[in-house]
Amino acid sequence: MEEIKKEIKEKEAIQMLHEYNDDLLPKKFGIIGKTWTILLCIVFLTGVYCYINQLRNGLVITGMRDFVFWGIYISNFVFFVAISLVGSLMTAVLYLLKISWRAPLTRLSEIIAVAAIIFAGLIIIVDMGRPDRMMNMILHGRIQSPIIWDVMVVSTYMTLSILLLYFPLLPSISFCRDHMKGIPKWQKWMYRVLSLGWKNSPEQYKIVKKAITILSVMIIPVALCIHTVTSWLFASTYRPGWDSTNFGAYFVSGAFLVGSGGVVAGMYLLRRFNTSYDKYLTNDHFDRMGKLLVLLAMVYAYFSINEYLIPAYKMKGEEASHLNELFTGYYAPLFWSVQFFGMVLPILVLLFKKGRKPLPMFIMAVFVIVGAWFKRYLIVIPTMSFLPVQEIPEAWKHYSPTFQEWAITGGSLAGALLIITIFVRYFPIISVWEIAEEKGISEDIIYKHLHESNEK
Amino acid sequence: MEDENKQNDKTSRKDFLRKSLLTGSVFAAGAIGLNALSSCEKKPGEKVKMLTADGKMVEVDSNYINNTPSCCAAPSSESRQGIPGKKYVMVIDLSRCKHALKCQDSCQKYHHLSGMNVWLKVFKMQDAENTAPYWMPKPCMHCDKPPCVKVCPVSATYKREDGIVLVDNERCIGCRFCMAACPYSTRSFNWEEPQFLHESKGMAYSPETGFPQKKGTVEKCDFCPDMLKQGKLPHCVTACPNGVFYMGDFNEDTVSNGSETVRFSQLMKDKGGFRLNEILGTEPSVYYLPAANRLFPFIDVEIGKGKMEKGE
Ligand code: SF4
Repeated sequence: MEEIKKEIKEKEAIQMLHEYNDDLLPKKFGIIGKTWTILLCIVFLTGVYCYINQLRNGLVITGMRDFVFWGIYISNFVFFVAISLVGSLMTAVLYLLKISWRAPLTRLSEIIAVAAIIFAGLIIIVDMGRPDRMMNMILHGRIQSPIIWDVMVVSTYMTLSILLLYFPLLPSISFCRDHMKGIPKWQKWMYRVLSLGWKNSPEQYKIVKKAITILSVMIIPVALCIHTVTSWLFASTYRPGWDSTNFGAYFVSGAFLVGSGGVVAGMYLLRRFNTSYDKYLTNDHFDRMGKLLVLLAMVYAYFSINEYLIPAYKMKGEEASHLNELFTGYYAPLFWSVQFFGMVLPILVLLFKKGRKPLPMFIMAVFVIVGAWFKRYLIVIPTMSFLPVQEIPEAWKHYSPTFQEWAITGGSLAGALLIITIFVRYFPIISVWEIAEEKGISEDIIYKHLHESNEK
Repeated sequence: MEDENKQNDKTSRKDFLRKSLLTGSVFAAGAIGLNALSSCEKKPGEKVKMLTADGKMVEVDSNYINNTPSCCAAPSSESRQGIPGKKYVMVIDLSRCKHALKCQDSCQKYHHLSGMNVWLKVFKMQDAENTAPYWMPKPCMHCDKPPCVKVCPVSATYKREDGIVLVDNERCIGCRFCMAACPYSTRSFNWEEPQFLHESKGMAYSPETGFPQKKGTVEKCDFCPDMLKQGKLPHCVTACPNGVFYMGDFNEDTVSNGSETVRFSQLMKDKGGFRLNEILGTEPSVYYLPAANRLFPFIDVEIGKGKMEKGE
C-alpha cells in the first residue's frame, strides 16, 4: 500500500515538473514585447549618441557647472546602486532565512540587480571628465579615497551578483539547450556554451547549491557596503545636507525599498504579458511582497525622520537654508510629493489586504520607483545649489539638466531595462528547480526527472 | 609663422632641460640658472605679436617679453616635491581691500585662464545683518589638512612639503570629488576645451603654473610656485595696488606684500589674524586680518560685474 502511494506521489511530482518546464520556457515576444524592445533600443541608442557628443565636446553639454558640479548622472548612479540591492535581499537574505515563497522571485530580482549594477558602473564613467584615464585608478589608486572603495565594492558586488544569477541558471540553460525546438543556430550555440556541459547529475546540484549558499553569505556584507560606501561619497564631505552620520543606514533602507518596488513591478509585468506565469507568481506572492514593502517603507520612514527632522529641530545656519529650500522653498513641491507618493502612500495602501492585490501593488511599486529616483535627485542636487554665491554667472546658480543629459540618463535606464528584457526573452525567468523545491518535491526526483520533457 | 618656430624652439629647449633634470645629469639649481640665461639670449630687435590683457594686439620687442610663468615650472613628476625647507603662508588684509580686482586680473592673465574659470574671487561679505560689509579676496586656502587631497582617488591633487596644494591635470580623472570636498568652493572644472590665450599654446604642462589647461580636469589657485622658486611674489600679491596680500615663509616668520616685509607672528598679534572656517579643522595656510580701521570706505559695486561677465 505504502509503496503504491509513494509511486503515485512520485508520478504526480514528475508530472508537475514537466508542467513547470513547459510553462516556464522562454517564449517569443508578441507585438507588445517587440515594440517595447525596439523602443528601449531607440532610447538607449539616443543616449549613446549623446554620450559620444559629450566625449567630443566635454561635460559642457550638461547643465552642470562649477557650482552644481554633480547632476543627474550621479543621482542616477545612486538610484542604480540602490535598486541593485534587491538581488541580495531576495536571493541571499530570504534564502538564508529559508523563506520559501521567494523561489519564483529570485531570478527576477537577481537580473534586476545585475542590470542595475552594470549600468551603475557605466553611468559613473559617463560622469567622469576624463574617462580615458580610468586606468589611473589602478595605476595611482589611493586607498584613502571613498571613490576607490566604491570601485572595489561595486565591482565585487557585480561579480557576486552575476555568479548568483548564473549558478542557479545552469540547469535551466541546459534544459533550454536540450529541449527547445525550432530556435536559430546561434541561440542553440549560446545555450550550449553557457550551460558549461551541465549534465544534471546530483553531484552538480550539490556543488551549485553549496556555491549558492557561500555566495549568499558573501553577498550580504558586500551589498550593505556598496550602498553605504555610495552614501559616504556624500557623507565624507563638509556640505550641509550631506554631512550626516545617518547616511549609510538611510541609503541602505531606501535601497531595499526601491528594489522591492522593482521586483513587484517586474512580477506584475511578467504576469500581464505571459499568462502562464500566473500559476507561479500568485496573488499570495503579491500579498507577501506587499507586506514586505510596508515593512521596508516604515524602516525607511524611520531613517528619513532622523535625516530631516533632527536637523530641522536645530535649524543650524547653513543646514537651515538647505532645509528651508526643501521644506518650503524651490524644491518643496518635489520634496513633499516624493515623500508622500514614494513612502507614505504605499504604506497606507499596502497596509490593507485590498491594497495588496496585483494592480494596486503595481501602481504603488511604480510610485516607489519613480519617487526613489527623484528622491536621489533631491539628495544630490539641492545641497550644492542653495548656498548664496557670488562671482558666478546667473545661469550657473540653478541646475537644470540639459536635453542631452536627460537623454544619456534615459539611455542608461533604457539600457538596464533592455538587459532585463533580453534576459526574459532568452532565459527562463522563473527557476524550475527552485520552484519544485518550494513545492516540496524531493531532491531525488528533481535531479532525476527535471531534465525530461513531456514530448518524450 | 616665425612666432611658431620660436615657440617650438622654446618647447624643445624646455624639453631638453626637463629630460636632463630627469636623468639627473644637471642639478636643479643649475638648470634654473641655465634657463634664466637662455631667456636672455634672444636676439635684440626682433618683434613679436602679442595679445594684451585687455584684448589688444600689440607688437613688442622680444627682449621685453617676460616669460615668467614657464621659466621655473617643474613638470608633473617633480612638482610633487615642493621647495625644501619652506612653508608658505599668505596673509590677506581685509582692511585694505577696495575691490580693485587687480589681483584677479593678473591671476587670470598669468595663468592664461579663459572663460569662466576664476581662481581668485573677491566676495562681498556681510557676516550678519547688522555688521558692516567688506570685500574678501579668496584664493585657495592650501590647507594643511586638505579635504580635497584626502578624497582624490588618483592623487591628482596633492600636498607638497612646502605647504602648497597642487593639481596635476595630466592625472586628474575629472570625478570632481575634490570640488565636493572643498569647503571653500575653490576649485573650477574645465567643462569644455579651454580656449588658450596667446602663448600658452604649445607650452609644456606644469602643475606649478596650471597651464595649458585640459578639458575634463579641475584646476585652482596654485600660490604661483614658479614665482616662489625664483624668490618672487605671486602675481596677485604684486598686482594689488593696496598691499592687501602678504606672502611668505612660515619657517622664516616673514611675509611681504612687495612694499613692506614684516614678521608673520607680529602681524598676527598686532592685527588679530584669523583663518576661515577654523571650526572645520582644515588648517588653512591663508590668514586674514579683520576689516577694521579700513583704508577705504566700502563702496558697493554689483558683484560679478568683474571677470565673470567679461569672460562671457
Ligand atoms: S577631479 Fe581630479 S583632482 Fe579632483 S578628486 Fe577627482 S581626480 Fe582628484
